[in-house]
Amino acid sequence: MTIITTLSARAIPVRGNDIDTDRIIPARFLRCVTFDGLGAHAFEDDRAQLKAQGKLHAFDDPRFVGAGILIANSNFGCGSSREHAPQAIAKWGVKAIIAVSYSEIFFGNCVAMGVPALRVAVADADALQSAVEANPSLIVTADLHAQQVRAGALTVAATLPDGPRQQFLTGAWDALGQLVEGLPAVRATAAGLPYLRGFAA
Amino acid sequence: MSARTLFDHVWNRHRVRTLPSGQDQLFIGLHLIHEVTSPQAFAWLRERGLTVAFPERSVATVDHIVPTEDQSRPYADGLAEDMLQAIERNTRETGIRLFQPGSGKQGVVHIIAPEQGLTQPGMTVACGDSHTATHGAFGAIAFGIGTSQVRDVLASQTLAMGRMKVRKVQIDGKLGQGVFAKDLILHVLRRLTAKGGVGFAYEFAGSTIHGLSMEERMTVCNMAIEGGARCGYVNPDQVTFDYLKGREHAPKGVDWERAVAWWRSIASAPDAVYDDVVAFKAEDIAPTVTWGISPDQGVAVNENIPAAESFPVSERPGIAEAYAYMGFTPGQPMAGTAIDVAFIGSCTNGRISDLRAAAAILTRHGGTVPARVKAFVVPGSEAVKKAAEAEGLHEVFRKHGFEWREAGCSMCLAMNPDKLVGKQISISTSNRNFKGRQGSPEGRTLLASPAMVALAAVEGRVTDVRGLK
Ligand code: SF4
Repeated sequence: MTIITTLSARAIPVRGNDIDTDRIIPARFLRCVTFDGLGAHAFEDDRAQLKAQGKLHAFDDPRFVGAGILIANSNFGCGSSREHAPQAIAKWGVKAIIAVSYSEIFFGNCVAMGVPALRVAVADADALQSAVEANPSLIVTADLHAQQVRAGALTVAATLPDGPRQQFLTGAWDALGQLVEGLPAVRATAAGLPYLRGFAA
Repeated sequence: MSARTLFDHVWNRHRVRTLPSGQDQLFIGLHLIHEVTSPQAFAWLRERGLTVAFPERSVATVDHIVPTEDQSRPYADGLAEDMLQAIERNTRETGIRLFQPGSGKQGVVHIIAPEQGLTQPGMTVACGDSHTATHGAFGAIAFGIGTSQVRDVLASQTLAMGRMKVRKVQIDGKLGQGVFAKDLILHVLRRLTAKGGVGFAYEFAGSTIHGLSMEERMTVCNMAIEGGARCGYVNPDQVTFDYLKGREHAPKGVDWERAVAWWRSIASAPDAVYDDVVAFKAEDIAPTVTWGISPDQGVAVNENIPAAESFPVSERPGIAEAYAYMGFTPGQPMAGTAIDVAFIGSCTNGRISDLRAAAAILTRHGGTVPARVKAFVVPGSEAVKKAAEAEGLHEVFRKHGFEWREAGCSMCLAMNPDKLVGKQISISTSNRNFKGRQGSPEGRTLLASPAMVALAAVEGRVTDVRGLK
């Protein structure tokens, strides 16, 4: 039970809408029975492609080594349900994500892992990315309590849906304990379901 | 807020309680497991000293990593073999049923549960796989979950979830000749976009939807997730009941009559309230092919690849990226695009009716796949394979130059040995055209219906199936 209210760290920008989980962690790295070691392969194919074009992906840029907050754009993490994607990002060192929007499964995975994924406006995501690109040593603060992201002169609104926000603020982001505590009630609900009682009226 | 929809009914029935966070604790009636997203969940359970609460409500199979050519054990790929051994051990130790290759019941998880009658109306279904939406075709509320949530379901048979909004996607009219369920959903995605459904459950309704077979409805619901909707569903009707009747796990005898009565009662009421309603006309839908790197980037086969100006300004960087990755120029016609690989299979279009539709095109066309094209069929399950072979479909495919393989996910995501090479272009009946999806970091994917893939295979290029005599 770790309460998460604010996180401050240097940030890493990954630009682009609709960055899917196949790009975050290509399927060949899913042949594993633990999540260990995935961090090294985050965005592997995107990185290689940019390298071939003589460009540098943020995850290869020495200026962003050690960053703890990822700043992305719209529909981040769409596609497959693979938790390997947020796990790879987290194992690389990211502790919080700021983006315009997320796919729901990706967002749910982040909550379950204790990685807050905050939402900001389109222009604010862009402004934060530009600020960090201009000054990689800038400290970015994700404040779940005030629902703000602060970075130097910038202060922008950053939201989380109420449920997950409460989970982070109360340390209950790992739902498992509560779910298991509820087992007697779970059994009562199950006993009332038509398909578990021969559809008897 | 929605009311009196099937979604509301099923959600309320399965809600155990409201958690302090405001989320609901939701009972999961059917939990499906596969080898890729489960080993870490079982490991976490062991670490915490927890057991599986309702082992009889889970079913497991192996699909993502199984080879489709040589399935002898141990697998040539040691990592794949490790994963198979992990699921064998995890299911054995926890008393969960596992459908192995050779059992006659193995296949893509979203194909085997319906064909065995495990998926039923009014259930909640979860699986560590985004295409769990498929099961919504039966009037179930079915969603994909991550591995932490797989652990939650194993330990408690529940999930902590926030309620979704409900959008009714109404489609009326008759689909034209050569237009299939796959075209319908690609068309809907193109209009509603890949993120338009975030926060929603999609209720597919209207005369077109209820005129579809169960297998076609599964194709539609399967791709709800490509539109951002975590689940999609169709209200159960006589087509649903006829499909289920007599299947292994379907209710029997007096239970059957009571089940049908309950299933009828949970459908969305005529006065149901939706958070949003959108409507489409079946007549407007043409055979559709994707040209880009997101499943909503589709065009009618007789259209040209759209110009960047036809997209909102905020989308244009992504559109430019799609042109560059695919090597296509805006304005270029979709028809005539040369292909290197044709793949028929996956949980979208790997069922018997899909294979029949593809085989029928090959027979009508009469030609064979040119030497420069690699074409192969991967049945979605062992049962599909057996049924196809009983009808002689495998001979039709082979005669026209296709390879005939064992059941699995195969080149839908290329975790097994089936992969694109270099910049090859594949036309595929699967559901995702993401960069690198089919195994080569530069590989390119065009999504289309089984009929369109079969025709493209023998023609060597994208061809409008409506022109085939
Ligand atoms: S066939 Fe493709 S989409 Fe379906 S479960 Fe397998 S990998 Fe996923």
